[in-house]
Amino acid sequence: MIDLKELKYSRDDEWLRYEGDVAYVGITDYAQSELGDLVFVNLPEVDDEVVAGEPFGDVESVKAVADVISPVSGIVLEVNEDLLDDASLINSDPYGSWFIKVGNVSGEVELLTADEYDEYRG
Amino acid sequence: MKLIFEKSIPGRGQDIFPACDVPVAMPEAPLRKAKAHLPEISENEMGRHYTALAKRAHGVNDGFYPLGSCTMKHNPRINEKMAALPGFTKLHPLQPAHTVQGANELIGELEKFLCEITGMAGVTFQPAAGAHGEFTGLLLIKAYHTDRGDTERNEIIVPDAAHGTNPASATMAGYKTIVIKSNENGTVDIDDLKAHLGPKTAGLMLTNPNTVGLFDPNIMEITRLVHEAGGLCYYDGANLNAVIGIVRPADIGFDVIHMNLHKTFSTPHGGGGPGSGPCAYKDFLAPFAPGLVCKDGKEYTRAEKSIGNMTGFYGNFLVMVKAYTYLLTIGKDVHTLAENAVLNANYMQEKLKDIYPIAFDTTCMHEFVIGLDPIYRKTHVSALDVAKALLDYGIHPPTIYFPLIVHEALMIEPTETETKETLDEAITAFREIYDRIFNAPESVQQAPQTTPVLRLDDTKAAREPHLRYDFD
Repeated sequence: MIDLKELKYSRDDEWLRYEGDVAYVGITDYAQSELGDLVFVNLPEVDDEVVAGEPFGDVESVKAVADVISPVSGIVLEVNEDLLDDASLINSDPYGSWFIKVGNVSGEVELLTADEYDEYRG
Repeated sequence: MKLIFEKSIPGRGQDIFPACDVPVAMPEAPLRKAKAHLPEISENEMGRHYTALAKRAHGVNDGFYPLGSCTMKHNPRINEKMAALPGFTKLHPLQPAHTVQGANELIGELEKFLCEITGMAGVTFQPAAGAHGEFTGLLLIKAYHTDRGDTERNEIIVPDAAHGTNPASATMAGYKTIVIKSNENGTVDIDDLKAHLGPKTAGLMLTNPNTVGLFDPNIMEITRLVHEAGGLCYYDGANLNAVIGIVRPADIGFDVIHMNLHKTFSTPHGGGGPGSGPCAYKDFLAPFAPGLVCKDGKEYTRAEKSIGNMTGFYGNFLVMVKAYTYLLTIGKDVHTLAENAVLNANYMQEKLKDIYPIAFDTTCMHEFVIGLDPIYRKTHVSALDVAKALLDYGIHPPTIYFPLIVHEALMIEPTETETKETLDEAITAFREIYDRIFNAPESVQQAPQTTPVLRLDDTKAAREPHLRYDFD
C-alpha cells in the first residue's frame, strides 16, 4: 500500500515517489478524475532524458489529450508498459500506476507535500 | 439497422456492366488473387440503405447545430448550383491556360476579396483545410526567419485556450510549442507572454476572438510585443465569422492568417470535406508563397523563394467557387454576418446566464462557454449529460470539454443564420434540462431516449475500436 503522505506533488498534477535513488512518476487521482476515462498513453523510451518542468509523454481521454510534465530531470530507466496496453489502470489505481522510473536524478520542479497539494486542489 | 454487408446476398447485384467477354490479356501478375469484399445488393435496396442512414443523422438542414468553434451555419443553395456548373466541374488543372481564364479570374477575384477582408497582400489557396492552412502559415514564418539567417528561433507561443491544431501544426513545422496562460478574464496574460518572449520566439499563434468567445482587448499590445521580440504573428482564422467585415487581422498586427472557406464562407462541412484553408500573408512573406501564384492576372509562376507545394495544383477549386458565390451574394453587407452571429450568441447567453454559469461573464462575440462545473459538483450531472439530453429536443449538442481551461465546458455557437424562434426553442430546451438536473437528474444522466441509438459507450469505442466488418 502506498502512503500518499510520502509522495510529493507538482502543480501540474503529477506525483513523485523515491525508492532509493530511483524516482517513480505518475499522475494524481485529481488528474485522472478530471480527464475522465483514459484511452491511450504515450511514454518515452528507456535511456531518454527527461527535464524537470517539461513534457515527457501524454495521456488521452475521451475528453482531451494532456501532456504529462516531468517533475524531475534525469534518465528514463524503465517505462510501465502495462499502461500502454491498458490505460484504464491509471483511472483505477493512479498512485500504483507509475509511468516512468527515472535515474541519475539531477533536479526537481517545486513540489508540494500531500497536505499542500490537497489544499491546492481541494 | 443492418450493415450493408449484412444485407448482401451472393449473386445479387446491379446490372450496370454486362458480363465481360473480352479475353484476359494478362492472366497472372497484376490480377488480385481473392475476390474483393463488396456488398452484393440491388440498386433499390442500396438506395434505401443510404436514405435510412441519412434520416438517422443530424445536419444543419434537420435542426439547430450550435457546435462551438465549428460555425455550422446554413449554406446557401446557390453556392451548390454555381459549383455544379459544367464549366467548373469539367476543368482539368493541366488544361492550357487560355482555356481556363474564367476559373483563373474567379481565383484572382476571390483573392482580392479575401485580401480586402483580411488586410493581407496575397493568398495561397493550396491548403486543403484549416490545420493545413496553419501548417502553411508556419512554414512561411519559418522560411522568413531562415531567409534572414535567423535560425535560432524555434519556439511558437500558443495560449492555453488555443485550438488543439495550433500546437500540432507548430510541431509539424518543427517548432517547439510554448504554452502561455490565460488571465482571469479569459484572454492572454500579458505578463506570461512577456516572460516567454525572446530570441527563440519564431511567432505567436492566436485566434481572436479566442475559444471562449472573447475579443482580446490587448491585441495591439500583444502583437507589438511579439514583433519587438523579433517574432511574427499568426492569426488562426477559425473564428473569423465573429469579426468579418469589421476587423481586419492585418490591421491588428497579424502577419499571416488562414481562413476556413468551408466555415466562414459557407460550404457544407463536418462530413470529411473537401474543405479549403487558404493562407493569406503580408507582402514581405510573398516571396515564400507555395504553389503557383498569379500576379499579373494572366500567367501563373512560382514565387522566388517558394516553400514548395502544399498540395497538387490550385487547391480545392469548387470550395473556392462556393466562397466566391457567397461573397458575391452578400456583397458589401458582409459585416452583417459578424453582427448577427455576435447578436445571436449574446441573446442566448443573456437568456441562460441566470441559471447556467457562464465561464467569463461579459459581452461575448460569436460564441460563449458555459462552465457547468459548480452544477456538476452538486448534482453529478455533467456537460456530457446535458449535451446528450439536448439530442431529445432535436438539437445538435454544443462542443463539450473544450476549451480545456474551462471545466465541464459547453461551448455554444448559434451562428448568424438562426432565427429568434429557433434560438428561443433552444433556450427553452436548455432551461427545461436545467430543471431536470435538479428535479430528475437521472433523466438527464440517462439521456437520450428518443434517438436511433441511445447513450453510446465512447470509452469502449476508443479503447476497443471495431472499424472493419468481420468477414467469415
